[in-house]
Order: sequence, then C-alpha cells, then structure tokens
Amino acid sequence: MNSFLRKIRTFLSVYYSLMTTYRAEIFLWAIATSLPLIMMGVWIEAGASGRFPMNEAELTRYFIAVFIVRQFSIVWVIHDFEYHVVTGRLSPLLLQPINPAWRFIAPHLSEQLARLPFVVCLVALLLWLYPQALSAQDGSEERWALVFNRIVLSGVMIYCAFALRFLMQYTLAMLAFWMERVTACDRLLMIPYLFLSGLIAPLEMFPENIRILATYTPFPYLVWFPASLLAGGDIQILKPLVVITAWLLVFQLIARTVWRRGLYKYSAMGT
Amino acid sequence: MSIIQAEQLTKHYRVSIKRPGLMNTWRHFVRRNHRTVKAVSSVSFSIEPGEIVGFLGPNGAGKTTVLKMISGLIYPTSGHVEVAGHTPFDRRPEFLRQITLVMGQKQQLIWDLPALDSFRINAAIYGIPSSVFHDRLIKLCDILQMSDNLTTPVRKLSLGERMKAELIAALLHSPRVLFLDEPTLGLDVNAQAAVRRFLRNYCQETGATVLLTSHYMADITSLCERVILIHEGSLIYDGLLSNIVDQFAPYREVKIELGQEHPYSTFLPYGSVEAVDGHVVRLLISRDDLTETISKLLADFEIIDLTVQDPPIEDIIGRLFVKRSAP
Repeated sequence: MNSFLRKIRTFLSVYYSLMTTYRAEIFLWAIATSLPLIMMGVWIEAGASGRFPMNEAELTRYFIAVFIVRQFSIVWVIHDFEYHVVTGRLSPLLLQPINPAWRFIAPHLSEQLARLPFVVCLVALLLWLYPQALSAQDGSEERWALVFNRIVLSGVMIYCAFALRFLMQYTLAMLAFWMERVTACDRLLMIPYLFLSGLIAPLEMFPENIRILATYTPFPYLVWFPASLLAGGDIQILKPLVVITAWLLVFQLIARTVWRRGLYKYSAMGT
Repeated sequence: MSIIQAEQLTKHYRVSIKRPGLMNTWRHFVRRNHRTVKAVSSVSFSIEPGEIVGFLGPNGAGKTTVLKMISGLIYPTSGHVEVAGHTPFDRRPEFLRQITLVMGQKQQLIWDLPALDSFRINAAIYGIPSSVFHDRLIKLCDILQMSDNLTTPVRKLSLGERMKAELIAALLHSPRVLFLDEPTLGLDVNAQAAVRRFLRNYCQETGATVLLTSHYMADITSLCERVILIHEGSLIYDGLLSNIVDQFAPYREVKIELGQEHPYSTFLPYGSVEAVDGHVVRLLISRDDLTETISKLLADFEIIDLTVQDPPIEDIIGRLFVKRSAP
C-alpha cells in the first residue's frame, strides 16, 4: 500500500511540476474550453423568446456547471498515445514494471490540479457576471442549492465522467498499434459527444424519445449528468449510476482486450 | 546455466510499399501493396551470467530487432527466448525489475523537467527505498560526473549529458541484465570513454550481464571479449573477439616507409595495396606468404622502416560484411 501511495504521490508531484512549467498554457487551455459559456449566452437569449423546460437561472447554473465539469474531464490521451507509438517512446514505458496507462493518467490529473486556481477565478468571475445563477433575479426564492452532499456526489460523478472519457479515448488510442494515426477516430466520436453529452444543449431540450435513447449511451454521463447534479437539477441518481458503471466496465474490458492484442502488433518502430 | 537463451529467433515484418509519383500515390491510397521483411532468421545464442557480449552488424542487420525480442518489447514470429528464467514478452514485473534497455537517444527522461524528476519516478516505479535511491544516485552521478546537472531541464542538457542521465535512469534499479543499443551514439570521444569506463566498473561491481550493440569498435574492443556477428538477419559468428582475426583475417598488414616514392602499381605483385601515401605504403599480405614477401620487399626497395601488425578489427569485420553482401 505504501509503495502504491508513493507511486501516486511521486507521479502527481512530478507531472504537476511538468504541467506548471508553462504557466500561460494552463490559463489559455482553461479559456479554450469556454464553449459552454458561449452556449449559455445562446440559450438564455433563445429562452427569452420561447418556451423552454428550463428558465434563465437554471440555464445559467447548468452551463456554469458544464464549464466546471469540462475543466476536470478534458482528455487528450489519444494524441499522447499515438505520439508514443509512432515515435517508439512507448518502448521504455513497456519495459517498466507498471502499466504504461499510469504515465498517461498522471499528466491529466496533474493538469487538473494545476488548472484549479484558474478555474476558481473564472467561476467566481462568471458568478459575478451572472448573479442569477446564485439566486433568481425575478424576485422568486429560487437559489442554487449547493449543499455538501450534492457537491461531493457531483465531484464523484465528475471523476466518473473523466474515467469514462479517458477509457473511451484510451481504447481508441490503442488502435494506433494497427493504424498508427488514430486521432481521426476520436473525431468520429466528437459529433455524438457534442450533441448527446449536453455540452451544446441540456438533454432536457431534446425530444423525449431521443433523450431516453441518449441516456443508454455513455455520452450524457460525460457532461450532462454531473453538470445537472452540480447545477442542482432534479434528476434520478440510481439509473445513471448503473449505466455509467456498466459503460466503465464495458470499456475497461474492451481496453484490456485491445491492449493485449495490440502489443502483439507493436513493432517498437522509431527505436 | 545461461541467463539469456535464444533459440531459432525469427522476426518477419510486413511493410507497405509506396513508389514515388502521383499515380503511385493514388494507387497506394486505393490499394496497399506489402512486402515481408525478414528482419531476423533463426538466430540462436546463449549468454552466461556476467558476460559482456558485443553484438555487431551493419545497419539493418537485425541487431536492434533481436534486442527488442529478447528484452520483451516485441514478439518473435517464431523461436524461443528465455532471459533470467522468464519469457521476455510476458513482461512480468519480476522480469522487468531485472533488466534494462538503453536505446541510444530514445529517452525515457521527461524532456521539460530536470533529470532528477525522472529518476524519482523510476525510484517509485521500482520501489527503491529513498535512502537506497539517494546512495545509488550519488554514486552513479559521481562516476558519470553528472551531479551538477541534476536540476537542469533535460532539454537544456548536452547530448552527452543526456546520455549519461539516460544511463543513470536505466541503472537506478540495479538490473542484472543490460541491453545496450548504441549507448555512446553521438557522444564525443571523452564522453564515450567515460561511458565505457562506467559500464566496465558497473559490470565488475554488480556482475551484470551485458549485450551491447555499437557502431564504435572501441566500445566493443574495450568492453567485450565475446562478439556475435549478425548479417542480413542471420548469425555469422559467435565467439571470442580475438579469434575473429584468425578466422576472418588470414593476412597481416605490412607498413613500409621507403627512401623514395614509387607508383601504386609497383606494389601490386607483393599483395593487396591498402594505401600509398608518399613514402609510406600499406599492404595486406597473406600470413602464409609473409616471410617470403617481406624478404622480397627488403631486397627490391630501399626501406627505412617496416612494421607488421594485424589489421584493425573494424577493418576485418567491415570486410567480412562487405564480402557477405557481395552477390
């Protein structure tokens, strides 16, 4: 156990140093994931002139929550892994007594740590710019219900979202053993991810049959579910937990199989 | 009992072929043609614990492919290999803790951070206790004269310093078996010598087994008694380095300094003319004819100085590979 903790501590501290090497980059990456804020403006504007299942305050909370979820669930492992396979840099990692996946997970977690202060500042700025998120400005008693239990549960679900997104992308990344260039494969997933994850619009805006269908795919659990939880929405917990667990297990199983078969194909080129 | 045992190791790759030109680009886009490259064919050898073996061959001979197979990076197409009692490509942690592979400039160091951070990661991965890690690090840094550069980002180190840092990273866990692929590639003469010294001391102290490939013969001659020669994927020699001279060089090099210059063709009847540089001529003469030819040379020319020696080992091996490549 001590050895395991030491590995985690060392990996996180070393990769945290790496992530903080380029300070401006962290800030720019945090800004670069501002799509939810743009969508927030669009939906609030549209909501003012139409009938929507969510009011202005709910939409604002939802998209601020999406912004937060995105900050902690950005995954770029497919680019890293492809680079490691194509250049042969995976080779030294394969000859160490630890699963190379940790070498890819650690930078993600460390980057989230490095990004945290920027995210706190940006969220504070957003709450100042959009006071309706904290309490409705129309005289009603409606407030953002940021109770402890919900914040903890949202945190857990954000990390489930990160784990699922990581596993999905890592599984695709391992196709690099066969195809070498695999980032295009991730592009294929971008369209369902954009629409079904709740990044562009909350699932509540979708027709009911599409919404029900979407909840059986992994995509809503990458953004919509943790964001809705964090935004204080009235949503079911049990079914999403079962579905996300099932998807995590499915992708874990696929990832293990692809990894084992991929290693047979690995030619350690570039070395 | 051998620590490395390779039997009939074979590796074939399938690679796509693309010819230049627009038409060929379209053809390649629509339909890929492949060819099978026989990188290694039925290579067998065994290495005893504590041996330092040089693995030689021209570019593309299959040296690195063999190293990749016996270190467990890639699966052989056929054949059997066992290292320290393990099948390498199972990559079991207990096997990986006993080996290391250093591949020239292919670094395991984190580019933007000081080498010390990469060493800390390795110490955690291999479960090296902190006190042991610090002792080993101090020792390795002292020998390789790296102590002053531990806190400098790797990207700002010179090539030689990076290679030394790579070696430290690769040896922190005190491996029993070292696979070294061009460990002195790109280093200056002093750095090469330092790395050689370091490897020799490391092996003497730890009794480690080493399989070393290098294009620098000085690496081989200073470290290895035994060499394995590989050419076009096949093993062509496995034995003592000193025996190569007897087996593959049935001639000696005769260097004469003359009182006056003579044209190149003058020396052709005496042996194979290696070089004519003013008054100095180098000839290769069959060992059987040596005495007779030297007597003739002394009789026919005004000779100021004459030396007889074995040709340089790199020349012998180079000639051997050229001869094997000839149709």
